Amino acid sequence: MSSTMQQMRTQQGAFGSVQARALSAINEPRIAIRNLDFYYGTNQALKHINLDLPDRQVTGMIGPSGCGKSTLLRVLNRMYDLYPGQRATGEVLMDNENIISSGVDLNLLRARIGMVFQKPTPFPMTIYDNIAFGVRLHEKLSKSAMDERVEWSLTRGAIWDEVKDRLHTSALGLSGGQQQRLCIARTIAVRPEVILLDEPTSALDPISTLKIEELIDELKHDFTIAIVTHNMQQAARCADQVAFFYLGEMVEVAPAAEMFTAPKQRRTQEYITGRFG
Amino acid sequence: MSEAPEHLVKRFDQELKRLRSLMTEMGGIVETQVALAADAIMNRDAAAATRAVEEDPRVDALEREVEKLVIRLLALRQPVADDLRRAVSALKITGDLERIGDYAANVAKRSIVLAQFSLPYSLAGLAHMAHLVQAQLKSIIDALGDNDAEKAVEVWRSDQVVDDIYNALFRELITYMMEDPRNITPCTHLLFIAKNLERIGDHATNVAENLYYAVTGESLPDSRPKGDTSAFAVVRPQE
Repeated sequence: MSSTMQQMRTQQGAFGSVQARALSAINEPRIAIRNLDFYYGTNQALKHINLDLPDRQVTGMIGPSGCGKSTLLRVLNRMYDLYPGQRATGEVLMDNENIISSGVDLNLLRARIGMVFQKPTPFPMTIYDNIAFGVRLHEKLSKSAMDERVEWSLTRGAIWDEVKDRLHTSALGLSGGQQQRLCIARTIAVRPEVILLDEPTSALDPISTLKIEELIDELKHDFTIAIVTHNMQQAARCADQVAFFYLGEMVEVAPAAEMFTAPKQRRTQEYITGRFG
Repeated sequence: MSEAPEHLVKRFDQELKRLRSLMTEMGGIVETQVALAADAIMNRDAAAATRAVEEDPRVDALEREVEKLVIRLLALRQPVADDLRRAVSALKITGDLERIGDYAANVAKRSIVLAQFSLPYSLAGLAHMAHLVQAQLKSIIDALGDNDAEKAVEVWRSDQVVDDIYNALFRELITYMMEDPRNITPCTHLLFIAKNLERIGDHATNVAENLYYAVTGESLPDSRPKGDTSAFAVVRPQE
């Protein structure tokens, strides 16, 4: 590259970043991941991850299968604790507390950081009890307070109108899209601070998918959200910032508009434009 | 300039290649139009003028074809990153090329009128300007074919010289008109011709800006360095 080009890039770079901040401001971090390494036995699945999840914004995580993005979600709410031989080192800071250290109360942590999976996982009980179940673990509410909480959660989950007349029927009778919104409602029922979504729409039809995306847009006013998705358009539509993972490393993180118009890294560009492999 | 690896979907690559070849084809025709128009003025060549004008419908047709292809790409391939930048820039670049073609045709038409007058002064300034604009156009169309951002920057910087010559010509032509009112008609045509050539240079600059953005993802600064050609000569020491 000639020196004039370099000069111009530097000028432009400074100008460009000011503009980017103005267009898509990224909030202060709710969760700060610092030098995170993660191992499945001897296999290192995450390498020195440094990433902020900005407060009340959506972070999209993309990358080819096996790149570590789902693993990262599993670390964030300590799912890996259930499996022997899996360990994480480094820091995941939330309110200055390292949530992957051993002293952390897991039940409390999982109430603060909720998770929704690829396949809807309603409990085999009534719609009402699906919501109330988690709440009862953490809070003692009167009947009327619980009714209110259930209605609030289902409303926030954008499914209240569809289920309000059948709250005491089995959740298994709902459609896939409804079940997924029920699971999101169940997650927010315990009033978490962070919601982790692991490919929440990959088993859903396009209309249900758009409903979930609209819901995510609503929820980010109150919650910090991280979404893992194979659908890059979905990341582009939902996320405020997007992180690209490859082979256990985080290659690049940028505001979504920047990521999908002018990514900085060649690997990112090749992946999102469909040139990978 | 290194080329990105191919897309997993081969047809996408074919469509992008077609987009580029339509643009370079359009660029080639426009280049010819400008050359013919310059010829028509300098050599009073009416045949060249006619040919320059006749090329215009082909340019318009190519512009529409590019438009259709880009809309199709956006709808069916949902391009992102460099693919997206290329598709969007193609729309803007072909718009500029089409305008260049129009200006060339206009110059050619005026040359026919101009041929009826005997001019008591030299057209050397205009010839020089036409040469520069043609060189600019050739460079940018080559850059387009090679996705060459550095060459685009060169073209972008070089437009200042054309502007300067235009300003000098403007003053010169006004002087002739003041000297003898019979000069007013031919000089007015010459003024328009000079202005059209200057506009062609501006559109070549636009093409350079859009190409630079398509290739690098960054925009050139809003304002070009004005009047200061010393920037060419300055070599910054390596830091």
